[in-house]
Amino acid sequence: MTEAPFEVKTLEIDGREVSARRGQTILEVAREHDINIPTLCQMEGLSNVGACRLCLVEIKGSNKLLPACVATVSEGMVVSTNTERLQKHRHNILELLFAERNHVCSVCVSNGHCELQSMAQDQGLTHVRMPYRNPNLPVDASHERFTVDHNRCILCTRCVRVCGEIEGAHVWDIMGRGIDSIVITDLHEDWGESSCTRCGKCVQVCPTGALFDKSKIGSDHPKYPDFLPYLNLMREAR
Amino acid sequence: MTQTITIDPVTRLEGHGKITIQMNDRGEVEDAHFHVTQVRGFEKFTEGRPFYEMPALTARICGICPVSHLLASAKACEAIMSVRIPHTAAQLRRILNLAQMVQSHSLSFFHLSSPDLLLGMESDPAHRHIFGVAAARPELGRAGIALRRFGQHVIELLGTKRIHTGWVIPGGVAEPLSSAKRDEMLAMMPEAYANIGLALAAYKQIADKFRQEIGVFANFPSSYLGLINEDESIEFSDGALRLIDSKGAIIDDGITAQRFTEVIGEAVEPYSYTKFVYYKPLGYPEGSYRVGPLARLNIVKKMGTPKANQELAEFKQIAAGPLESSFFFHHARLVEVMHGIEKIEQILADPLILDKHVRATAGVNRLEGAGQIEAPRGTLNHHYKVDDYGKITWANLVVATGHNNRAMNQGVLQAAKCYVKDGKFTEGALNRVEAVIRCFDPCLSCSTHAFGQMPLHMTLLSADGEIVDRVTR
Repeated sequence: MTEAPFEVKTLEIDGREVSARRGQTILEVAREHDINIPTLCQMEGLSNVGACRLCLVEIKGSNKLLPACVATVSEGMVVSTNTERLQKHRHNILELLFAERNHVCSVCVSNGHCELQSMAQDQGLTHVRMPYRNPNLPVDASHERFTVDHNRCILCTRCVRVCGEIEGAHVWDIMGRGIDSIVITDLHEDWGESSCTRCGKCVQVCPTGALFDKSKIGSDHPKYPDFLPYLNLMREAR
Repeated sequence: MTQTITIDPVTRLEGHGKITIQMNDRGEVEDAHFHVTQVRGFEKFTEGRPFYEMPALTARICGICPVSHLLASAKACEAIMSVRIPHTAAQLRRILNLAQMVQSHSLSFFHLSSPDLLLGMESDPAHRHIFGVAAARPELGRAGIALRRFGQHVIELLGTKRIHTGWVIPGGVAEPLSSAKRDEMLAMMPEAYANIGLALAAYKQIADKFRQEIGVFANFPSSYLGLINEDESIEFSDGALRLIDSKGAIIDDGITAQRFTEVIGEAVEPYSYTKFVYYKPLGYPEGSYRVGPLARLNIVKKMGTPKANQELAEFKQIAAGPLESSFFFHHARLVEVMHGIEKIEQILADPLILDKHVRATAGVNRLEGAGQIEAPRGTLNHHYKVDDYGKITWANLVVATGHNNRAMNQGVLQAAKCYVKDGKFTEGALNRVEAVIRCFDPCLSCSTHAFGQMPLHMTLLSADGEIVDRVTR
């Protein structure tokens, strides 16, 4: 027997009784009720991958933390989004992100418009306790309009998803495993030599200064990812 | 018994330095060295970065004169792009450079050197700082702070930030000037003129008291290098370099940023992280020369603005031919501040100054490029090589302090010989040896702005390393 398509679930988030449709994620429901859960890899209009782990939430009765962007609601669920334990984990995750590559805000094109920077500020991160790895990562400046600086990449895979899911080109992908992973174009060819359609969506969704527009150097480089839900809407309407 | 006196760190300088004075068996000064004790590594760690990031990256070398690095770097990038920037962008950058000249010279004269000049070389070290000056001569203390603020505020109006503005970019500048900001700059002019007038008058009053210092503060014949316009007026942003000898005769002229790298060499001495720059055809050390305010005023025939022209005429009357004592750096600095204020006012009257076309765009069109400007302390050259995609493969920065390095060392020796006698020294003697370095206003690492707060140790060591005498403040 199949469940009804609009079955309503009732649950509790941070002490508030909320109702949700079956299949909705905890993050969606929380946002509908103005409950803030921090995210970095998640982006409205793209599929969810649960990569950054910043949206981890506590579920009563379970010792396991769940990523709110992919965990779906269930009847009677009791969710906490901002406990001391979660705050500690979020701090750790952010510190690891900063320590993993070379995030030098003062000379970064995204300074002042960076989601990683804002997240650190929002979460009250004052310093990084781990030693920095300072890896010597390459910069690919072969594209006529854009540059990728792997030193600033946090492997959120937004670029991979927007290129595959929205543009339909699937130029971006991930190579390597774990800490050695990097984003690549085609089969690890220079971006300028790849099958890139030059649409620039990946630059607009990149949360940091890893992907940037060459012509924006020195000036403010805000990004405009708001086009995504509209693009999806217009396509569905066709 | 040979002895070594160490002054470490040297105070009221930008950056960290150390002086050692070698004594011979008879207790006479035999040799002296000025050491720069840090390495920064910018030329190395910028390798692999896109060339258009270089202005922002190299500006971080210094918090006092980031503008100098921004401009020299942007010009080197423009050589790689093979573009000529729009007229308005060039004029706006010129204002930026002059504003920095005003603020940096004010910092050097008032905050770092005026305590020696106005309170005396032998005055109580506990009060020998800008606050001491403000207490003894309130009008001058205020003038110094206000002049520096004038320069910094002009920089902020142009680039939205006082320090490390991102406004200068390869190809021009990021934003045009608004009429409101221009008017705000013009409104500050009367106060700036009044303040530099006060400073010049005060300097001329006290200069006579320092005859002995003038005589031994790096006072020797040397060559001088600096930018000059075709009409032989002073230039800080464009033009080409001229090298003159100690009599004022031209050794080389029309040295562009590209040719700079052919005729200028860098020597290394084991005691300092700063290189020793020299003119290649004359070799090292014979080809050493001085740069900076004194060199520029010795080279040019006119300033190109009325009040500064008068000041230059007076300056040139001090002696026939180029002035040889580095003590006159102080005077030259004030003349340049006067010129800077006048020139900013002149440029702001340019009807095209509010034009919106302030940026040229291009990709990599040459694999090598160099840019040069006059920083407050002297000639600055950035030279880059890039790969096909514009990533830096090699970078070399020749900074003002490198040009003056040999002269500073000679000056320290000259002053030490005069003031350190029979293996004994006084606090005033120690301060004078430091004051020689302050004349040049060197930017050693430029990363720190601390002055007057660092402990100063001067130690007299015997040949076997035993401490004979020590002064600490």
